[in-house]
Amino acid sequence: MSKSIKDMGWDELVQGAALFSFEGDVDYEMSQVQPEDRNYAETNSRNAYVGDWRVEKPVFNKDFCIDCQFCWIFCPDTSIIARDKKMIGVDMDHCKGCGICVEVCPTNPKSLLMFNENTDNEEALTQWPEKSEEKGE
Amino acid sequence: MSGNKVIKNLKSFSTAAERFEGSHVLCPGCAHSIIVREILNATNDNLVVSASTGCLEVCTAIYPHTSWDCSWIHIGFENSSTAVAGAEAMNKALRKKGRIGADVPEPKFVAFGGDGATYDIGFQWLSGCFERGHDMMYVCLDNEVYANTGGQRSSATPIGASATTSPAGSTSYGEKQNKKDIIQIMAAHGSPYVAQVAPNKWKDMIKKIHRGFDTKGPVYINAMSACTTEWKFAPHETIEVSDLATDSLVFPLYEIIDGTELNITYRPKNIVPVRDYLGAQPRFKHLFKPEYEYLIKEWQERVDAYWEYLQRREEARV
Ligand SMILES: Cc1ncc(C[n+]2csc(CCOP(=O)(O)OP(=O)(O)O)c2C)c(N)n1
Ligand code: SF4
Ligand code: SF4
Ligand code: SF4
Ligand SMILES: [Mg+2]
Repeated sequence: MSKSIKDMGWDELVQGAALFSFEGDVDYEMSQVQPEDRNYAETNSRNAYVGDWRVEKPVFNKDFCIDCQFCWIFCPDTSIIARDKKMIGVDMDHCKGCGICVEVCPTNPKSLLMFNENTDNEEALTQWPEKSEEKGE
Repeated sequence: MSGNKVIKNLKSFSTAAERFEGSHVLCPGCAHSIIVREILNATNDNLVVSASTGCLEVCTAIYPHTSWDCSWIHIGFENSSTAVAGAEAMNKALRKKGRIGADVPEPKFVAFGGDGATYDIGFQWLSGCFERGHDMMYVCLDNEVYANTGGQRSSATPIGASATTSPAGSTSYGEKQNKKDIIQIMAAHGSPYVAQVAPNKWKDMIKKIHRGFDTKGPVYINAMSACTTEWKFAPHETIEVSDLATDSLVFPLYEIIDGTELNITYRPKNIVPVRDYLGAQPRFKHLFKPEYEYLIKEWQERVDAYWEYLQRREEARV
């Protein structure tokens, strides 16, 4: 096939076509290999971008994080990066800015907060609220 | 490494290598993808998955992309069940003939369908799969509406919900029929395991998914899926609304083993009034007009009666 599948229109596809998630043969167990060690095909949606859906973005402040992983389990967009039981950060290519991670974060102050998409992350961290006296809901 | 993933707590769960990728185009805050991630991450086994037409299928296979890092079949609205049943039967036959070697690990077979696909359009296909006894897990993503086509009512839509084909207005309070009791119907098929799950109660959900994977035969899972677009709450409220659903007992969490052994798996510490669950979702906002208040009262009575019924069945083991 000379043309990349990305450059083909829907009417150029072979009927019953398969979309491949990975390049070449997969001779490893997918459930054991983290994304950075996988050979993704260009047709995997991981290579697509939805960051431009966001109006607001979550900013992560690791100073308060207790690695509870509530944000990880409830993110609908596989965008909370957890490795070795630690919360590492947010995948901004795939995060749609829903704000669920912020809602479920239990720390006081929260370790994730929503900011305008155009706010610089360093700037956001300087605006972080103090611990609030209010009891949690 | 095969079999269920050992999940002691959320930290150990978070070491899972994800097999459901981002940049699908489900709405921000959609619960479908939270459910799918919890299920896929619960096992180390290879997976053969299908999805019936609906938000999940359409939004995870936008040409030329796929969000699935496992075998996945794109199929019609009505037949995710039979697509996976066919794959399961083929696997069995090829192993018998020796064309798939005994050294190749057995995959798990999972079909996803929306409530429209499950309760209505794909029901006879689903029923056939359960009658034939395929070794598969069928997961209904129950958002109580045909979401992908703009919110038509289904037989999972509850009384009083405003949907595009049962709109609330000056002469109507919305949907008139009560929700079909699909869990009892699937248990009556003789299924060895049926359960209701909710993604906010992830521990309960993983336990049931593990049990489902360990069960031979057709397993039915009804997964409550709060839909930000059609239930009309803000995207960041998905887990909050889901908590109201499970804690008001509108979606009680229970399982039925072999058709008779019913176990309630979650008893809320503080049972929330149904009114609070309804109040969080603008699809029910008209019910708060004085002339429709009686519907909220009736709903609470239905929920109380069903909870009572579940408890009696749990006790009686019938
Ligand atoms: C036989 C058939 N009828 C109608 C449609 C159009 N259709 C596509 S998705 C959909 C609604 C799906 O609703 P549901 O199963 O509840 O899934 P949801 O989108 O809510 O997750 C409909 C009516 C179709 N694809 N095939
Ligand atoms: S804002 Fe939503 S999509 Fe983005 S990381 Fe948080 S939960 Fe995930
Ligand atoms: S929810 Fe908050 S505290 Fe928990 S891991 Fe995420 S950022 Fe850290
Ligand atoms: S309409 Fe509902 S079910 Fe469909 S993608 Fe949006 S939130 Fe998810
Ligand atoms: Mg639906």
